[in-house]
Amino acid sequence: MLKTFKIGGVHPAENKFSSGREIEALALPKTAFIPVGQHIGAPAAPVVKKGDKVKTGQVIAQSNGFVSVNIHSSVSGTVKKIDLIPDASGYAKQGIVIDVEGDEWLETIDRSETLVNDFSFTGEEIIQKIKEAGIVGMGGATFPTHVKLVPPKGMKAGLLIINGVECEPYLTSDHRLMLEKADEIVVGTRLLMKALNVEKAVIGIENNKPDAIRLLKEKVAAYPAISITPLKVKYPQGGEKQLIKAVTGKEVPSGALPIAVGCVVSNVGTAFAVYEAVQKNKPLFERVVTVTGKSVKQPSNFKVRIGTPASELLEAAGGLPDDTGKIISGGPMMGKAVTSLEIPVTKGTSGLLLVPGAEARRDGRMACIRCSRCVTACPMGLEPYLLMTASEKQIWERAEKEKVMDCIECGSCSYTCPSSRPLLDYIRLGKGKVGQIIRSRKN
Amino acid sequence: MSNVLTISPSPHVHTDDSVRKIMYRVVLAMLPALAWSVFVFGLDALRVTLIAVAACMAFEYLIQRFVMKVTPSVNDGSALVTGILLAFNVPADLPWWILVLGAFVAVAVAKLSFGGLGSNIFNPALVGRVFLLISFPVQMTTWPVTKQAAVDATTAATPLGLIKEGILNGKPLNELMGTLPSTSDMLLGNIGGSLGEVSALMLLLGGLYMLWKKVITWHTPVAILGSMFVFGGIFWFVDPEAYLTPVFHLLAGGAMLGAIFMATDMVTSPMTGKGQLIYGVGIGVITMCIRLFGSYPEGISFAILIMNGFTPLINAYVKPKRFGGQK
Amino acid sequence: MSITIVYTVITLSAIGTLSAVVLYFVAQKFKVYEDPRIDQVEAALPGANCGGCGHAGCRAFAEACVKENDLSNLFCPVGGNECMSGVAGILGLEAVKKDPRVAVVRCNGTCEYRPKTSNFDGATTCAIASSLYSGETDCQYGCLGFGDCVVVCDFDAIHMNPVTGLPEVIDEKCVACGACVEACPKMLIELRKKFPKERKIYVACRNEDKGGQARKACQVACIGCSKCEKECAYDAITIANNLAFIDSDKCKLCRKCVSVCPTNAIIEVNFPPRKIQKETTESTTVNQ
Repeated sequence: MLKTFKIGGVHPAENKFSSGREIEALALPKTAFIPVGQHIGAPAAPVVKKGDKVKTGQVIAQSNGFVSVNIHSSVSGTVKKIDLIPDASGYAKQGIVIDVEGDEWLETIDRSETLVNDFSFTGEEIIQKIKEAGIVGMGGATFPTHVKLVPPKGMKAGLLIINGVECEPYLTSDHRLMLEKADEIVVGTRLLMKALNVEKAVIGIENNKPDAIRLLKEKVAAYPAISITPLKVKYPQGGEKQLIKAVTGKEVPSGALPIAVGCVVSNVGTAFAVYEAVQKNKPLFERVVTVTGKSVKQPSNFKVRIGTPASELLEAAGGLPDDTGKIISGGPMMGKAVTSLEIPVTKGTSGLLLVPGAEARRDGRMACIRCSRCVTACPMGLEPYLLMTASEKQIWERAEKEKVMDCIECGSCSYTCPSSRPLLDYIRLGKGKVGQIIRSRKN
Repeated sequence: MSNVLTISPSPHVHTDDSVRKIMYRVVLAMLPALAWSVFVFGLDALRVTLIAVAACMAFEYLIQRFVMKVTPSVNDGSALVTGILLAFNVPADLPWWILVLGAFVAVAVAKLSFGGLGSNIFNPALVGRVFLLISFPVQMTTWPVTKQAAVDATTAATPLGLIKEGILNGKPLNELMGTLPSTSDMLLGNIGGSLGEVSALMLLLGGLYMLWKKVITWHTPVAILGSMFVFGGIFWFVDPEAYLTPVFHLLAGGAMLGAIFMATDMVTSPMTGKGQLIYGVGIGVITMCIRLFGSYPEGISFAILIMNGFTPLINAYVKPKRFGGQK
Repeated sequence: MSITIVYTVITLSAIGTLSAVVLYFVAQKFKVYEDPRIDQVEAALPGANCGGCGHAGCRAFAEACVKENDLSNLFCPVGGNECMSGVAGILGLEAVKKDPRVAVVRCNGTCEYRPKTSNFDGATTCAIASSLYSGETDCQYGCLGFGDCVVVCDFDAIHMNPVTGLPEVIDEKCVACGACVEACPKMLIELRKKFPKERKIYVACRNEDKGGQARKACQVACIGCSKCEKECAYDAITIANNLAFIDSDKCKLCRKCVSVCPTNAIIEVNFPPRKIQKETTESTTVNQ
């Protein structure tokens, strides 16, 4: 019996078209658009100015507070301007535009492919290197990793969980990374264990990736502290709380962080980035992005420099299909629909999904028939139908009482609703409002 | 990319299930029982069903179109389900005008006056049936004989009706037992009764299909039948002379129809599994109380309607198990 | 038989009397003193419970009036000066006079002027759309057109125009309670001074992008060229963040700014038509 989380969950069609495609390095863009706010927390402050020459890997914006990270240039060239550029949501945000000239990396970066296995660093040194490299959660949440690695006072991590679940349909970037960079991921995991000072680590992988499970089992055979846990396929297993529940059986209490049950969760992409940062001195300026969709000619996995416009990825994947009706940055369950192809790849971009026009629009909204499928599907044990009504009628007290803040926005409720009701739309609105109310109460 | 892109909040994929599919699955699940009723009652059964369905759909369309002035949602299949369920609850030779009146009460009073599909508190088909039962007690409790039964009789009583009438007339139970149909006849549906309630087997078949297609969950039917079995069993165990076996109670009357098709109506039953268990046990106990101590021979319709009324209360107090909630 | 009736009457009367006595003492015990003036003030208020005064309904406002004992910070926008002087009379205080105000939608980006660049397909409220992304057009400041302002209006004073896709205020009904101002996530609605004959002049734009970008997204966007600022003789117009703003308290309705605006972002409403300028404004609109 494979492990999985207990409450709720759905099974959307997997459609992992690109899982057999090796990661290809994408050609450099002509111009890179690098936003300074690619993570949760304060946006970084630019430290270059118009006309400056930058090298690949050079810091171009400095971390701005504890919950913030550095931004590095992903290309070499000249800073064209520091201006407002539209982000994925269409709102203009500050970013640095660089005209690419050649590809000259900082000398400190080790560009060789050889596996480095250097464990002479102390935990603090590792965390410091991770912080300088600007590493954030690569699964899409983009929470600064160095913050996660320093547990709050009085709390101690006992277990590191590496998230190789990739429960989002379509996406395959983590899967490919596990297959092609297994050694590096294991080293990254060991580095993270050292930084956290934990004795045990578990890599959780869903059972639809048997090749990755087999390979990583071989690789960790030499390290008894690291184990691989195959998990039963169920969305949203990649959610931090669901993964902890699936692996350890412990539930993170409502409103608390995973550290409350002694766990720290990191994505496999993050583990790989940690390896590169610590062993190769390479800051986070490129990542693996899946480009996929039902009509995409060549669904692919690309190694892409941060700041590359989405249109260039599409070009490499066989061009924009004619029937495209929606473009999603990320997976279909939690990804964000974008308005233009000019938005750049950021640290949190795990995929680019092109949805054909026929599937782009939602079905018409009907009345709730109280079938309770949303209640059954909710992995947090909430009542989405009730939360939606509370939000729609603006009864924020009730929404708060019914634990709207526990919602992880996984979308299982909207996915499963036979009446096609916009449950999550309203719950998200309610979460925002209740969050405001709670914050204003604290002040 | 000729058109402008669509932007919507996540999730961007949706299950291929829909209200209409759910409703049509329910209809499909009712077909075996309907077919059986045509087999035993002849074309009369089909006539009653068609009239009920047509009336329900027509009322839904006309009222939504001309009274409520909204886009009619008659094609969502819910009026179809209501119509068949109403037909299942009446004798096969019911006059058409009584049926149409019942359909009107079911659709207009019990459903649309509350706001339409999803907003009604009580099961529309049952409200229609109970209205007819109280308004036309004679027509509603005079059942035609099945084709397979003796040819000299023109009407047949239900097993439960036989017992209730006998007990009211002061006859001892063991004397009445002889008049009752055999268990296998009751299971197959070779007895008197409303259209849909005669064959427990066909209803169970439909129930299994709905369970397989996840239209219903096991909680409500199991809770109803289980509590009826236990409640009836206790009385039978204490005094087998005065009470019938629990198996008889499960097979007789509308127990199966109610437990599988009526009580599991999504709109009027609780949201959580735990809530459905409470709701089901409530229905089972009330049904047995009416059967054993009330003046009506059958009580599951009343029991379901009473528990429908408790559903909002159950929903308010029985919450799903929250993730990370303190124990 | 008769004795039964007698007993019944006696028992019931006894229960009745006992209950009355108990009720009396309980009522005395739990009596709460309430200033009778609160009721009087409440009676003088319009009773719309719209919350435009910043209090939770008229009763709360009446309580605040009595409690504060000073009306300088309290004003009922629905009742206006007349109502407030009534309240002041009851309490023996001085009411502040305020100019009547009216809600104005500061966006003129109709479907025609502001082409759609995407289609929103979520729950149709402005709050949800705006938290998701910038909107269906390239203007991230403009009206989303889902009518949250219409929903919150208690006075039926604001409606969506299906042709333009923008909300329109019915001046006679608007009481300036400010509910729509709160509801608009793009902060497009402003309460402006009410001029005679419902006349208004305002910049119907909130786009803070640079001129070219704003113009590209919407034909009638304010491009911050500051021509109007130079034209205004009353210092009523200020330019900030590439956007002009006309202070309705300083504006004298001279209409000069309207004619100099190169993008027709400044709108005049309910003025008699001007003979020559009218034609030119119209022709420019057509040419666009």
